[in-house]
This record gives sequence, structure tokens and C-alpha cells, in this order.
Amino acid sequence: MQGFLALTRRELKKWYKEPLLMLITVLQPLIWLTLLGKAMNIGAVFGGGVPRELANQLMLRSFGTTDYFSFMATGMIAMSCLFTTMFTGFSIIWDRRLGFLNKVLSTPVSRASIVLSKILYATLRSSFQVLIILGAAFALGLKTGSGFHPLYLLGVLVVAFLLCVTFSSLFLMLALRSTRWETPMAMVNLMVMPLMFASNVFFPTELMPGWLKVVASVNPISYTNDAVRQFTIYRLDAGVLLKDLTYLGLFALAISSLSVYLARRYLSR
Amino acid sequence: MREEIIKAVELTKIFNGLRAVDRVTFSVKEGEIFGFLGPNGAGKTTTINMLTTVLKPTSGRAEVCGYDVVREPERVRRSIGVVPQEYTADEDLTGYENVMLCADLYGLPREEGKKRALELLSLVQLEPFKDKRVETYSGGMRRRLELACGLINRPRVLFLDEPTLGLDVQTRASIWEHIRSLRERFGMTIFLTTHYLEEADQLCDRIAIIDHGRIVEEGSPSELKDSLGGDLLTLECEGNGVEEILRAVEGVKVVRREGGEYRVKVSKGETVAPLLLRMLTDRGVTVKRLSLTKPTLNEVYLERTGRSLRDQEESPEQGIRQRVILRRARS
Repeated sequence: MQGFLALTRRELKKWYKEPLLMLITVLQPLIWLTLLGKAMNIGAVFGGGVPRELANQLMLRSFGTTDYFSFMATGMIAMSCLFTTMFTGFSIIWDRRLGFLNKVLSTPVSRASIVLSKILYATLRSSFQVLIILGAAFALGLKTGSGFHPLYLLGVLVVAFLLCVTFSSLFLMLALRSTRWETPMAMVNLMVMPLMFASNVFFPTELMPGWLKVVASVNPISYTNDAVRQFTIYRLDAGVLLKDLTYLGLFALAISSLSVYLARRYLSR
Repeated sequence: MREEIIKAVELTKIFNGLRAVDRVTFSVKEGEIFGFLGPNGAGKTTTINMLTTVLKPTSGRAEVCGYDVVREPERVRRSIGVVPQEYTADEDLTGYENVMLCADLYGLPREEGKKRALELLSLVQLEPFKDKRVETYSGGMRRRLELACGLINRPRVLFLDEPTLGLDVQTRASIWEHIRSLRERFGMTIFLTTHYLEEADQLCDRIAIIDHGRIVEEGSPSELKDSLGGDLLTLECEGNGVEEILRAVEGVKVVRREGGEYRVKVSKGETVAPLLLRMLTDRGVTVKRLSLTKPTLNEVYLERTGRSLRDQEESPEQGIRQRVILRRARS
């Protein structure tokens, strides 16, 4: 446990001691929100002749809210988790190349701690961004659903935490035995776009073609978005929320256990 | 009889069909400074990595402090300290933070860790710089910091992989001083690898020469030198039948031609040399150059591996350059 905390602290120090890195962490979600969120004003296509009532009806039926920005902004949370955790694996490659990993491997610290510290670090960093996104989304006019309570935001953090654990474990696994970054980089590139678009980040899955719907229905990002939206812009449906959380929880548990198992087995070459 | 603290039996590591370490058998006694000497790529680091549980052997076995490196890695890790070849300290952290990180990795209680960290930092004379980022440290300071990290758990065996690689002569001498004083202060067993012959000669009680993954010679530096059986005369001359003439001189043991030179092994160089010179001149051979060498490890090395270390000195430099590039790329 002590070794685990020390390794996590090491990663965190590298992050908060670097002002530029910190600034970027803050700026990035803000840029996404203002650019992406405000640029795609789908509500505007119903401008002109379409009666306002009808437009709202249509929006509500497809997106569950009359405001596309709110739909999009809440989707940004999962996207930011994906984008901050996708590089988790690279730090282990650096550690290997610089010899730090070998040194750590020769100490009694558990192999699990080595990977879990990186997972926790990525998760903490990502959660910090989620807070900024939430703040900015509210500042830019997020329309909350009826029955919204500020404490629900804690729920959002829990959901983001589960997704981050999932993705950082996944991307770490890809790099466990790598000595070079090119291959995991290519894999990350390959995976990020499908993960993002085969989900309900930008568009509701109900309106997707059948085959894509199937992909989206196993994608943890879809569950994350749904849960986040349940907590913020939808009218909270406890049954659906429970289903989302169970799926995400089990997914996170399974994949992080797998990464610990693989680390025990394959971290030493 | 002192206890055997490291024991390797037929230790082998194969990487993609390449035998990096090939059936290596040796043992190290408690309190010894034992050196693995060999060119780059000989299998030194791979051996250290197996002994320190970082790599799994392909076959064979090894024990450190009585624990098997494969079956009881946890116990081995608790009883050893490792100073790797690379500068592994985190550049973004201070010297003190780095040593504390190591203390935590060994699970030392916080107070004890702090006490030892400060003690060790002053032992390696880094106390004044302990709150500076490692980024600002010189090569020698980094090496000393690595040493402090490797000592945090008061190991019974300390592994040093190329402890003076890339350091200037003064810094190297000071690192040797530190290593010697460690043995005196703590009675520690030290296993080191090096490709510097004089380092092995100066520091080690016993040496194993390793080449192409195999141990080709083992013994104390003086034993190894004695095994050569005397002094070496190197001659450069013009004329016919030189080898026959040389062989006929009393006291000459072996004659070998290497390049344009004759390497003559003799029992008493000082007395044989003038005799040899006269015989050659009498038979019309012109001696252009003659040198007398007392045996050094370099000679042992040449004798056993058949090639000079000079060919190899390019690669470690390149290795360092690559690491420097990596370090810069990172910061």
C-alpha cells in the first residue's frame, strides 16, 4: 500500500509541478466545450418556418433534451476521460526505457501497485478535468433536467471514475511489454475514434443503423453518457441508472483485474 | 569458511534464440567484492537482471542470500540493493524525494525512511543538494544518488551495474572510494559489472571474465595475472625466421604473431629482453620496437577472448549518448 501511494505521488508530482501541463489540462476541456459544444447547434436547423413547439418536441424525442449543447456537453465528460487516459500506457514505456521500471521491479513493491498507481493517477487527473467540464458547462448554460439536485454531481464523478479505471487499465495493458511507443500509439489511434463515434457522445444510439447500435450497446462510453445525463439533464430514472452503473462497475472491475493479472505475469520479460 | 551468498548454477537466458547468458555457474562469498568483467553485450546486465529478479531465467537456477530467485523473489528483493546502469532517478523530483520514493518502495516506516534518507544523502555528499531537482545534477551526483537509493534498505548484497560508466577519471575514483568504504562500514557483499579492466583490478576480490554469455575465466586479479605465466614482450621487427629465433631463446615460453607484432611470453622480462635483442641482431633481424609489459588484466582478457577491448569501447559511449537523448526527449 505504501509503495502504491508513493508511486502514485510520483506521477502526481510530475503533473502539478509543471505549470504548463496544468494549464493545458484546464484549457483542453474548455476548448472542447466552447468549440464543439457551441459549433454544432443542431437546434438551429429547426429555425425559420418550423414552429418552436414542434422543434422542441423533435429535439426532446431524439436527444432527451431540447438543448443540444446540454446533450453534447455531458457527452464531453466521457470523451475527456477517454482522451486523458489513452496515454496511460506511454509512461510505462518510458519507465522501461529509462531503466526506472527495472529498478522498481527489483524492489519488493507488488507488481499490482506498479500498474494500479498509473491507473489511479490517470483517473485522478481525468476527474480533475471532469470537474472543470462540469463547471464550464454550467457557466455556458447547461439546462438541467427536472428534479436535478447538486449532489447528483457526485454521481457524475463516480461514473467518470469507473470509466477512467476501465480505459486506463485497457491502454496500460497494451503497453505492458512494449519497449517502443510506436505500436501502442497506433493501437490507441485505431481505437479512439470508433470508441467515440460508436456511442452516444454526439448522437443518440436509437437513431443509428442496427449493426452500429449493437456496437454502441456494449461500448462503456454509451453507458457513461447515459448515466451522466441521468444525473444532469434527464429526469432521473433509477432503474436505467442502476443498469448503467452495474455495467460500468463490472466492466471496470473485470478489465482492471485483467491488467493486474497481466502485470504480475508479463511485466518482467 | 564464509557463507556463499550468491550462487548461480547453469544460469541461462535466451532472447529470441540468442543465448545472452549461457550456462553460467559461479558463486560469491559473503563480504566479497565480485566483478563481472566483459565487453558490452557479453551478458553482464542480463545476469544481474536475473539475480535481481527482474528477468526470469530460461533455465538453470540462482540463489541470493539463500533464497531462490524464481521461487522466492519477494525475499530476494528484500535483501538486496540494486544500482542499475541507467540513471533511473526521476528528474522532476528532488534528490531527497527520490530517496524517499525508494524508502516507500521497500515499505520502510516513514520516520525510519526519513532518517536513513538523510544519513545516506550525507554519506554520498549530496546533503547540500537534496532539495534540488535531479535535472540539475551532474553525472557523478546522479550516480551517487543512485547509490544512496540502492542502500536505503540496508541490503546484504549490493548489485552495481557499470557503476562508473561514462564518468570522468576523478569522479570514477571517488565512486570507487565510496564502494570500498561501503564494504568496510557495512560488511556488504558487492556484485559489480564493468568493462573497465582497471576498475575490476582495483576494486574486486574476485573476477569472472564473461564473453558471449559464458564465463571464460575466474579468479582473483592476481591469480588471473599469474595464470598468464609471466611477462609479455612485444616486438616489431624486419627479417626472416623471427619466430624460430625467438623460440630458441632461453626463458621464452610462447610466441604468437598478431598483426605485424610478435607477442612473446617470457618468465623474466628484464633479463630475457637484452638476450633476445642480441640473438635477433646477430641473425640480421632489425628490431624496430620492443616493449615489456608486466601482466595486466588486459593481457588476461586478450589471452582468453582473443580480442582487445578497444573494439568494444565504441558501444557503451553510444549507449550513453542514446540515454542522454532519451532523457532530453523526456524533459
